[in-house]
Amino acid sequence: MRVALFLTCVNDTLYPDTGRAVVKLLTRLGVDVDFPMAQTCCGQAHYNTGYRHEAEPLARHFSDVFGEYEAIVTPSGSCGAMVRELYPRMGERARAEGRGDTLAATLAPVVPKTYELTEFLVDVLGVTDVGAYYPHTVTYHPTCHGLRGLGLGERPRRLLQAVRGLELVELPGADECCGFGGTFALKNSDVSAAMGADKVRNAESTGAEVLCAADNSCLMHIGGTMARLRTGMRPVHIAEILASTEEEPAP
Amino acid sequence: MSGTYLGMPAFPEAAREAVADTTLRGNLRHATHTIRAKRAKAVTEVSDWAELREAGKRIKDHTLRHLDRYLVQVEETVTAAGGIVHWAADAGEANEIVTRLVKMTGETEVVKVKSMATQEIGLNEALEAEGIHAYETDLAELIVQLGKDRPSHILVPAIHRNRGEIRDIFAREMSEWGRPAPEGLTDTPAELAEAARLHLREKFLRAKVGISGANFMVAETGTLVVVESEGNGRMCLTLPDTLISVVGIEKIVPTWQDLEVFLQTLPRSSTAERMNPYTSTWTGTTDEDGPQNFHLVLLDNGRTDTLADEVGRQALRCIRCSACLNVCPVYERAGGHAYGSVYPGPIGAILSPQLRGTGSEIDASLPYASSLCGACYDVCPVAIDIPEVLVHLRERVVQGGEVTREGNKVVLRPAKGHAAERAAMRAARWAFTHPGALRTGQRAASRSRRFHPRTLPGPGRAWSETRDLPPVPTEPFRDWWQRTRGGKDGDR
Repeated sequence: MRVALFLTCVNDTLYPDTGRAVVKLLTRLGVDVDFPMAQTCCGQAHYNTGYRHEAEPLARHFSDVFGEYEAIVTPSGSCGAMVRELYPRMGERARAEGRGDTLAATLAPVVPKTYELTEFLVDVLGVTDVGAYYPHTVTYHPTCHGLRGLGLGERPRRLLQAVRGLELVELPGADECCGFGGTFALKNSDVSAAMGADKVRNAESTGAEVLCAADNSCLMHIGGTMARLRTGMRPVHIAEILASTEEEPAP
Repeated sequence: MSGTYLGMPAFPEAAREAVADTTLRGNLRHATHTIRAKRAKAVTEVSDWAELREAGKRIKDHTLRHLDRYLVQVEETVTAAGGIVHWAADAGEANEIVTRLVKMTGETEVVKVKSMATQEIGLNEALEAEGIHAYETDLAELIVQLGKDRPSHILVPAIHRNRGEIRDIFAREMSEWGRPAPEGLTDTPAELAEAARLHLREKFLRAKVGISGANFMVAETGTLVVVESEGNGRMCLTLPDTLISVVGIEKIVPTWQDLEVFLQTLPRSSTAERMNPYTSTWTGTTDEDGPQNFHLVLLDNGRTDTLADEVGRQALRCIRCSACLNVCPVYERAGGHAYGSVYPGPIGAILSPQLRGTGSEIDASLPYASSLCGACYDVCPVAIDIPEVLVHLRERVVQGGEVTREGNKVVLRPAKGHAAERAAMRAARWAFTHPGALRTGQRAASRSRRFHPRTLPGPGRAWSETRDLPPVPTEPFRDWWQRTRGGKDGDR
C-alpha cells in the first residue's frame, strides 16, 4: 500500500523527528510511504483565526498535492480534523456565497482519504500491536481536535497499551484542553498559560516520565510549560513511541 | 448596581485580573467541576439523550424558520386568554413599556423572578431611574444585587462568591433593602438560606407588581413557562395583582408536546437534576386567582438581525442551560465578568457580538475568547456548534462583510487593530502556496538556530513569558527526506 505522508508545516519545520518516526513505523508495517515535496500547510491557523479567504488557496494547494494518493496519513489530530471536518464546510460556505461548487468539488477527493496516524494504524492497517518497545512510564493527553473533532476514542490508548515495556498511567482531567488553541495562546496568553499550568500539574501528579499526545502543537505548549515549571517530564509524540524498538529505542 | 457593560476592556485584559485572583479561580474551579461531573452522570442516565438533543435542535430550528407565524399565534392566544401583548424592538423600548406599566399601577416597588432578558436590557437600572425599586428574589440574584455586583453565570449568577463572602454581604447590606440579617449570622448554608427567606418573605407579601422572564412560550395555548429551583419565582408569579413578563422572541415552542423535550434536557444540562423542582406555567389571567393583569413584552433587541445570519442564527436555539459555561476551560479561568455581558462563557461569546454587533472592543474580542476545544458543542442540549459560530464571527471581525443591523443590510469594514496580523496571514499564505519559499525560510531558521533568542519580541512575547520555545532542529524534515530518500540512502 502506498500512502502520502502529510507531515504538517509545524512538524516539518520544528519536529522532523516525528516525521522520521512515522516513516520508520509505517515502513516497518509494510507501507510504502511517499512525501510529496510540494506540501506545505492545511490552512488551519488561517481558518481558525478568521482568515477563511487566505485558507482557501492553501486547501486547494493541499488537494492538488495529495489528490492522487490512495491514502493520506498525518501525525496531527488538528490538521487531520482541518481536512476532514472543515474542508467540507469551506466548500459549503463557498456554495452558500454563490461561488458555485468548484471549491467543494476540488476539496472533496482528499476528505475521506485523510487519516490521523493512530486512526490509519487501527482502522486501515488493522493493527494495535505495532511491535514497539518503550520502557518508560507514560501518560496520554488526548488533544481536543483528536478527541472531539476526529473522534479518535480509545485508538491511541490501545496502541500504547500494546507497546512492550510501556507503563500507561491515567491523566486526571485528560479530556480538558491544554490551552494551546493556535493563535489563542498568543491572543489570550494569560488564560492559555493558566490552562497549560493546570495540565502540567495534572500530568506531574501521575508520576509519569513522559506525556504523550498525537499532536506536536499541543506538545509544544505543554512541553514549553513543563520546561518553564522545571518538572523533569518530557513531551513525546506518539509516533516516536510507536516507532521505538529494542534495536533502535527512542530516548 | 451594576455598571455598564459596554466600554469594558477587551476580553484578554479583563481575563488577566481574573486569572490572577486565586480566590475567584478556586470558587469557579470547585463549582464548575462539581456540576460538570453531575451533569455527565445525569445525561448518561437517559438512554435516548442523542435523540432528545436532535429533537430539541429540530424543534428550535423549525420555530425559528417560521418565527413570524408563531409570534402572531402567541399574540392571538395570549390575548384570547386575557393577557395584553406589547412589542419591543430594543432595550430602550422594552424598558419604556415596563416602566409605563408599573407606573400605571401607582406602585414604586416590584418583585422580580430571575430573568436573563431583563438583565440583558438593564431593566432594574431603568426602573430605578424612574423611582421604582426592583427586588431580585432568586437567591443568587439577591446576592448579586445586595453585593452591588454583576452576575457572572447564567444559572448561578453568584458563582464567583463563596459562603464567607455571601455572609458578609448579607450582614452588611440586607438592612438597606428591607429586613436586616439576623444577629450573629454564620456562613452555614441553612442559616444563609433562612436569612434570605425571611428577607424575601416580607417582599413577596407586600408586592403588588411582579416582573418575570420566561424559559418558554407555548404558542398553541399562549402559556408561559418558568423553571426554577427555589420556588421564589412561583411566589412572584402568583401573589402580585399585576404580572409583567419580558420574553425574547426566540423563546417560543409550538406545542406542549415540544415542551416535553426541553423539560427533560434543560434540568439535566443545567443543574444535573432529573426534573426541575419548580415548573410554573401561566396562561393569561383567571378570575379570583393569581395576577388579574398580565402583560407580555416580546423583546427583539438584535434577535431578528441574528436570525438573518445563516451560520450565526443557531445561537438562538439556546435554552440558557449554561452547560457550556460549566465545561469551558476558558470560562473556568477567566470568570463570567470578563465576557462583559449578562451572557458569559461560550454562548455569550457568540450571542453578545451578534445581539450587540462587533463594534465595541469587548464584542470584537469575544469570538477569540476560546481555544476552540469543542467541549461546549459536545454538551449543548440543542447542538449549537459554538466553535463554528466563533470562527464565523472571527471572520466578521477581521474581514468585515455583509451583516443585518436593525433590519438593514450593512457592509462592515474589518475591525481595527488587525492590520499586522492580516499582513502576517497573507504572507504565510503566500509562502505556503510557494513551497520553495517555505523551504528557504525553514533553512534560514535552521542555520541561524544558535542565534535564536530565548524570549520573543512583539506579539510572540506573550508566548515566551510563560513557556520555553522548542529548539529549531538542524535540518527540516523535507531536507532529510530529500537527502536520504526517506531513510533509504541511510538515515544520518
